[in-house]
Amino acid sequence: MDLLNHLSTHWNYLGCITLMMIGLYIAISRGNLVKKIMGVNIFQASVILLYVSMGKVKGGTAPILIDGRSDVIFSNPVPHVLMLTAIVVGVASTALGLALVVRIKEAYGTVEEDEIVALDRAEERRALATEGVESTDVQGGGGKA
Amino acid sequence: MTDAVTVHHAATEALSFRDHLPALQVLLPLMGAPLCFLLRKAALVSFFTVAISFACLAISLTLLGQTMGGEILIYEFGSWPRPFGIEYRVDITNSFVLVVISLVAAVVFAAGPGQARRSIPVGREYLFYSAALLCLTGLLGVTITGDVFNVFVFMEISSLSSYILIALGRERRALMAAFTYLIMGTIGATFLLIGIGLMYQMTGTLNMVDMAVRLQAVSDTRTILVAVAFVIVGISTKLAVFPLHQWLPNAYSEAPPIVSAFLAATATKVAYYLLLRFTLGLFGAALIFDQIGIDILLMPLSVLAMFVGSIAAIYQTDFKRILAYSSIAQIGYMTLGLSLATEAGVAAGLIHLFNHALMKGGLFMVAACVMWRMGSTHIDVMRGLGQRMPITMAAFVAAGLALVGVPGTAGFVSKWALVTAALENEAFFIAFLIMASSVLAVVYIWRLVEIVYFSEPETDFEVKEAPLRMLIPTWTLAGMTIWFGLFSGFSVEVAEAAAKQLFVGLAGAGA
Repeated sequence: MDLLNHLSTHWNYLGCITLMMIGLYIAISRGNLVKKIMGVNIFQASVILLYVSMGKVKGGTAPILIDGRSDVIFSNPVPHVLMLTAIVVGVASTALGLALVVRIKEAYGTVEEDEIVALDRAEERRALATEGVESTDVQGGGGKA
Repeated sequence: MTDAVTVHHAATEALSFRDHLPALQVLLPLMGAPLCFLLRKAALVSFFTVAISFACLAISLTLLGQTMGGEILIYEFGSWPRPFGIEYRVDITNSFVLVVISLVAAVVFAAGPGQARRSIPVGREYLFYSAALLCLTGLLGVTITGDVFNVFVFMEISSLSSYILIALGRERRALMAAFTYLIMGTIGATFLLIGIGLMYQMTGTLNMVDMAVRLQAVSDTRTILVAVAFVIVGISTKLAVFPLHQWLPNAYSEAPPIVSAFLAATATKVAYYLLLRFTLGLFGAALIFDQIGIDILLMPLSVLAMFVGSIAAIYQTDFKRILAYSSIAQIGYMTLGLSLATEAGVAAGLIHLFNHALMKGGLFMVAACVMWRMGSTHIDVMRGLGQRMPITMAAFVAAGLALVGVPGTAGFVSKWALVTAALENEAFFIAFLIMASSVLAVVYIWRLVEIVYFSEPETDFEVKEAPLRMLIPTWTLAGMTIWFGLFSGFSVEVAEAAAKQLFVGLAGAGA
C-alpha cells in the first residue's frame, strides 16, 4: 500500500524511468543503426522529463514578476533553461549520428549492424588470404583476439 | 586556505589582461573554430590553428605558474557572483591538466592533418581544423569550468567534434567506429547528466564548490547514492574503464593517426581528471571511499584492464591497434592510483596522466609517420622499417621504452610512484601485479622492435623519412618522455601538490 501510495505521488519519475529504459533497450538491442539513434534520442528525452519535473513547485506558476505581489509561488526555471541546452546538444548528436548513418549506407550499402560486421569480417578474411600468399612466414600469434 | 583564494570583482577592481586568462583559455579556440571557416585557405588556416594552440599553451603555462603555490583563481563570467553566474575555477590540478591538453594539442596540430588529408576533399581542409579547434575547446572547457552543467556541455562539444575527426579515417570501418563511439559516448554523457540532475535536486546549485558544501549534509540519502552511481558510470564510459572500453580500440585504431595522437593523449586524460574532480572534489573522499567503497570496485577493474588490455595488445597485427589496446591497460594504471584511496596513489595517477599523454601521443605520431610513408600501419608493412625510417623508428623506441617503464624514461617515474603508493598501502600483491603487467608491455613492444629492426625489408628500399613537419612533433613528444624521465621533478611535484589539494575536497577548500 505504501509502495502504491509512493508511486501515485511520484508518477512523473515512473514515466521518465519507463522512457529511459525503453530508450536504453532500443539502443542496445536493435541492429538497425537508425533505430539505435532513435533509442538514444528517447533516452535523452527521458532526462529532459526528469529535469523539467524536478523544477516544478506544487501550486507554482510561471516565474514572471507580478507588480505589487510578493507572495506568489514560482516554479524553478533553472532546470528548464538547462534542458534548452540539453535539447540543443541532443539535436546536434542526433544530426551527426544520422549523417554518419548516411555515410555508412553509402560505404556498406546497408544500415544493419550484423550485415556490416559480416562485410567487415569478409574483408578481413580476404586481406588475410592475400597476405598468406605474399609472405608465408608471417609470425605466429597473429590470431584474432 | 580561504585567504589564499583570489576572487576578482569587476566592480571593485579593474580587470587587467592577466585576469582574463581563464576565460581566454577557452574562448581563443572557440572563436578560432568559426574563424577557420572564414579564412578557408589551407595553409593560412593551418598556421592560424597552430598559432591558437600555442597561445593556449602559453596561457595554460601562465595559469599553472599562478596556481603552483596552492592559489585558486576564480573567474566570474559577467561578474555574476557564485550562485547565479558560471565561474571558471583554476587550481593546481586543473591547470596541470590544461597544460597537458594544450601541450599535446600545440605539438600535434603543428604536424597538420597528415594522412587524413587524403580523406578530406581538396579545399575543405579548414573543416578539419575547425573540428580540431572545437575539440580542443571542449576539452579545455571541461577541465577549467567550476560549474557541473557546463562540464556536460563542454564534454558534448569535445565529443561531437571527436566523432567527426574519427570518421575521417581511411577505411570505411572508421565510420562504424565513430558511430559506435557516438552511441556509447552519448549514453555516457547522458548518464552524467542524470547524475548532475539528481545532485542539483538535492543541493539546488550547479556551482561545484557550493554543491560540494551542500552535499555533505545530504550525502547519506539514496538520491545522492544513485547520483554517485550515474556520475561514475557516465565518466567511466568516457574514460574507457575496463568493462566500458569497447568503443576505444576501434575508435583509436580507425581514426587518422594524427587524430588518435591528439585524442589518446587528451580525451581520456580529461575524463580521468573529471573522475577525480567528481569523486574527491564534489562527493568527498569520506563518501566515496569510506561509505560507498568505490575503491573495492575500482581496484579489480583496474587490474583487469591492465592485463586484458596488454594481453589483447600482444595479439594485434596492426601498430595502431596495439597502441589502442595498450591505452586501455594504461588507463587501468591511472584508475588503480585512485583506487588506492591515498594521496600518493592519486598523485601516481596524475603523474601517469602526464607521462602517458606524452608517450602515447609520441607513439601515435610515429604511427602517423609510418602511415604517411607506407600507407598502412600493419606490422607486415613495418618489417625492416628501422633501416628505411631510422629517425622515426628511434622515436618509436624511445616512447616504447617509456611505455614499458624502463628506468630513465617517463614511464618508469609513474610506475615507480604507483608501486611505491601500493607498497605504502601494504598492497604487495597489487605492486606485484603492476610489475607483472609491465612485463606484458615488454612483450608487445619488443615484438614490434623485432619486426622493425631485426627483419629484412621485403623489397629494395630507400631511406626516406616522413616530412619534417611531422618528424619534429614526433620527436618533441618522444624527447619529452625521456626528458621527464630524467628530470621528473616538475611532474612529480605538481602532481603531489594537486593530489593533496584534491583530497582536501572542494568543500574543504572553501570560498
